[in-house]
Amino acid sequence: MIGSHNYFTSSIGKKQIMALTGFGLVGFTLSHLLGNLLIFLGPDAFNFYAYKLTSNPLIYVAEAGLLGMFLLHICLAVILKLQNMAARPHGYYVKNRTGRGETIASATMPYTGLILLVFIIIHLLNFKFGSNYPTTVDGVQMRDLYRTVVEYFANPLYVVWYVFAMLALGLHTSHGFQSMFQSWGINHSKYTPIIQAASLAYGVVVAFGFSALAIFCHFQN
Amino acid sequence: MSDNGQNITVHLKIWRQKNRKDDGRFEDYTLNDVSQDMSFLEMLDVLNNKLVRDGKDPVAFDHDCREGICGMCSLMINGQAHGPMRATTTCQLHMRSFNDNETIVIEPWRAQAFPVIKDLMTDRSSFDKIISSGGFVSVNVGNAQDANTLPIKKENADLAMDAAACIGCGACVASCPNASAMLFASAKISQLALLPQGQVEAKERAAEMVKTMDEEGFGNCTNHAECEASCPKEINLSNIARMNREFFKSKLTSK
Repeated sequence: MIGSHNYFTSSIGKKQIMALTGFGLVGFTLSHLLGNLLIFLGPDAFNFYAYKLTSNPLIYVAEAGLLGMFLLHICLAVILKLQNMAARPHGYYVKNRTGRGETIASATMPYTGLILLVFIIIHLLNFKFGSNYPTTVDGVQMRDLYRTVVEYFANPLYVVWYVFAMLALGLHTSHGFQSMFQSWGINHSKYTPIIQAASLAYGVVVAFGFSALAIFCHFQN
Repeated sequence: MSDNGQNITVHLKIWRQKNRKDDGRFEDYTLNDVSQDMSFLEMLDVLNNKLVRDGKDPVAFDHDCREGICGMCSLMINGQAHGPMRATTTCQLHMRSFNDNETIVIEPWRAQAFPVIKDLMTDRSSFDKIISSGGFVSVNVGNAQDANTLPIKKENADLAMDAAACIGCGACVASCPNASAMLFASAKISQLALLPQGQVEAKERAAEMVKTMDEEGFGNCTNHAECEASCPKEINLSNIARMNREFFKSKLTSK
């Protein structure tokens, strides 16, 4: 290492790790959505998928990795936010952006991130560690996760909260997805507009995909 | 000279601060009969003449060439670095960008790394420290070599020239929601990284300039692109991407 400046504590190093963990989380979120789409096919398909997923011993490795990425992403976000606040102790009297840079998504990253943190904790308590009903699919005893999910969304307030959190997720990832390319030095006159469009599409797909599932489940009651 | 614009009245709300330690406050001034053909700084000159005539302390603000090339002028005008005109320094901004009876709020650059010296003047020597830590190249002494000895790709020459257009005014830091200096540092790293002359110190340059930037207390980039939008020289975000690459490469391959 040149000098005493550590990559992991440097401004660029931190944002690149932020991008890398974000990349992992974006991938997880997409696979989570694709798996959950099986809810549309009915209880057996979804329960069997959940059973297959959780009965694989590698799930613990995946969960540990996921937890690590979340913690790293959150810790770095807090450090970056505190450093950025310290970098401008005296704010402006008039705050007026150019309209050509900052977007609603980029400006609200810390807030949407905070909503997602609260959401994930509640989400795990409700589903992963929620009520455990037994069911049998093709003679195999497994958890009736479908029932847990459908029962939860019977309450319209939970549906509203869920959709709200998913809009935050869409907003957060629509900036994060494209941002990670820039942080890793990928900026190209031809590809960057495509990446930006893909980023927006990703945000819209996850926000509406998960929201649609919650609304669908509400009407299964 | 023909007089195209009309004369307007402007209400100024200007940050006044006696010295580095003073808390500072806004003071209100009203200027009548301001020609719209005046530049923004000429308008401030008129205000200062009036203040001097009244036996008051004139407003301190940075300026030098007034041609948009030196990077000294540095005002936050109605919340925008260098005011509302795109790709324009404060000195090249004219009063025709403002309406009659408009209130104009003028603030200094705000960043921990740019302490206010007096009123609207800030100390931007942290930029100089970033430059001196790596923004140089090694050249042989003696006669200059023939200009065509070193082949340089046209595209790279153009990109290096674009990056070298940075005048170091600090608008990127001022407009960044995080007070980050990445656009400045990346322009200075890019203009040399793109050329063969810059290759000798390329690795150390990226590492050292980023290190100094961090030590000076600038914020972290979160890819808002407000810097690019506010830059009077339209320095592009692709420079920051290049710096990210150069820095990673430097850290990965250094011993």
